[in-house]
Amino acid sequence: MPRVRPNIPRIASSLITPESVYMSRRRLLRMAGLGLGAAALAACTPASAPTRTSMPASAIASPLATSDPKFKTDEFGTKANSWDEITRYNNYYEFSTDKEAVADLAANFKTNPWSVTVGGLVDKPKTFDLDDLHSLGEEERVYRLRCVEAWSMVIPWMGFPLSRLLREVQPTSKAKYVRFEAAFDAAQMPGVSSPFYNWPYVEGLRIDEAMHDLTFIATGLYGKPLPNQNGAPLRLVVPWKYGFKSIKAIVKIDLVENQPVSLWSAAAPSEYGFYSNVNPERAHPRWSQATERRIGELSRRDTLRFNGYEAQVADLYTGMDLYANY
Amino acid sequence: MRITDGGRRSAAVFPSAIIHFGALLPLCVLAWRAWRGDLTFNPIQAVIQSSGRTAVHLLLLSLAATPAALLLRMPILTSVRRPLGLYAFAWAALHMFTFAVVDFGLNLPRIASELREKAYLWFGLLAFGLLLSLAITSTRGWQKRLGRRWKILHRTAYFAAALALLHFQASQKAEINMVVVYYAPLLAVLLILRLPTLRKALAARR
Ligand code: HEM
Repeated sequence: MPRVRPNIPRIASSLITPESVYMSRRRLLRMAGLGLGAAALAACTPASAPTRTSMPASAIASPLATSDPKFKTDEFGTKANSWDEITRYNNYYEFSTDKEAVADLAANFKTNPWSVTVGGLVDKPKTFDLDDLHSLGEEERVYRLRCVEAWSMVIPWMGFPLSRLLREVQPTSKAKYVRFEAAFDAAQMPGVSSPFYNWPYVEGLRIDEAMHDLTFIATGLYGKPLPNQNGAPLRLVVPWKYGFKSIKAIVKIDLVENQPVSLWSAAAPSEYGFYSNVNPERAHPRWSQATERRIGELSRRDTLRFNGYEAQVADLYTGMDLYANY
Repeated sequence: MRITDGGRRSAAVFPSAIIHFGALLPLCVLAWRAWRGDLTFNPIQAVIQSSGRTAVHLLLLSLAATPAALLLRMPILTSVRRPLGLYAFAWAALHMFTFAVVDFGLNLPRIASELREKAYLWFGLLAFGLLLSLAITSTRGWQKRLGRRWKILHRTAYFAAALALLHFQASQKAEINMVVVYYAPLLAVLLILRLPTLRKALAARR
């Protein structure tokens, strides 16, 4: 087990490597079959240009091989994926099952005004608008995202811990689970006409999972507002669970007594369990759960238990059979 | 292009350039996309998926040759069976190579555990084994050596196609997919067209 430190933002956003730099570098990597490895990778890493547009093309192409310490990394030191990768490869069935088509289809999705109704077994139900949400703070968390389809990314989210929002509404002692519901608007979401899924998208967490400090509501990415294709204006991020648990475009959060049935559990209960913790030891009929493809890399990585967050979250599950409770 | 079927039927050979072109074009497309860095953000998956599909397309086309020759009264078409089948095998080999060497870096324990876990890989492996044996025995020499058994052996191409479709089907997330609505019915039609009675009726048509 590698050493794990808690995720503390360590890098000022002014020092973010511009996405355009990642973009060109990753584009090289995307040329499958070509051994364009470390040399190209180490190249072109100029510091501190905060936006893509302010970056002259000549600087991007600079071949100077300096290893710049100012990349965003996860706590293992792995570089974050580029803006382009994160915002152009999206699993978002409300728009499309084609990951590279989502960004365009979601471009005009209306996220302002927006409101999230938080209720159920709480003392102070409340509807949050965008200003309320932003007043809950904006910190950065660089998290690994592990999709059940065996690909993964490292993503610098902005946002706040879900626990902060839940404390505002004061769950009662009867509340055992949190149920999340996503936006569902056939006029804006071409994917929801699919008859195979029971829309709207629903997800759930146990209350202790929801209150865990790693459990995050993302409202931004790379220091910018969250793009629509990534779940704007707000989405859940539970980094130790498969990506589909991290529901996007949330409109409703309910504290409930019984375990909610998520959209995926309803669609294929034997494949997608309620917990869906990243677990290399539990096989899926199609995708390797023991290994994963990190987007931008050409060889597989070993998948880590709880996606590498074992030290922080394993005690949520002491005594539980994680094979049976997949 | 016009192909006439008058004259020396048995000697007529379908222009092989068309087959080479058609079977290699998808390779050029893949190479072009790789060169442009346009193989999606998950390039290994893109290559595995497109090579698998191309293999299926060529295999089904190869199986369609005999019925098409009968239906269109173009006996020349039967000569495309072998090259298309061989190309299907080559694409399946590229598909498997990408899986085993590029994706899994020939890490045998990992590959073994994938095989243990996933039934659909066995369908693919079996299909590949059949295609391999058909490719090896596709020469005139083997045809002579095996005599009547050659025909029986090469009818297992249908079985290989069915296994490949099972493999394809089981690799998909959606339950209703291309295999169910398109490829499997197509294979079923091809099989029905080979039923002896139908076949004879077709051949006897004037
Ligand atoms: C040892 C043999 C084989 C192995 C290890 C293998 C492996 C795989 C894997 C891992 C996938 C899933 C790709 C993904 O969706 O990420 C796949 C899909 C597929 N394979 Fe194979 N395969 C084998 C043989 C074959 C053969 C012989 C054929 C066809 C003649 C074939 C056709 C396909 C097709 C059509 C797909 C679906 C592609 C798609 O989703 O578009 N495979 N195979």
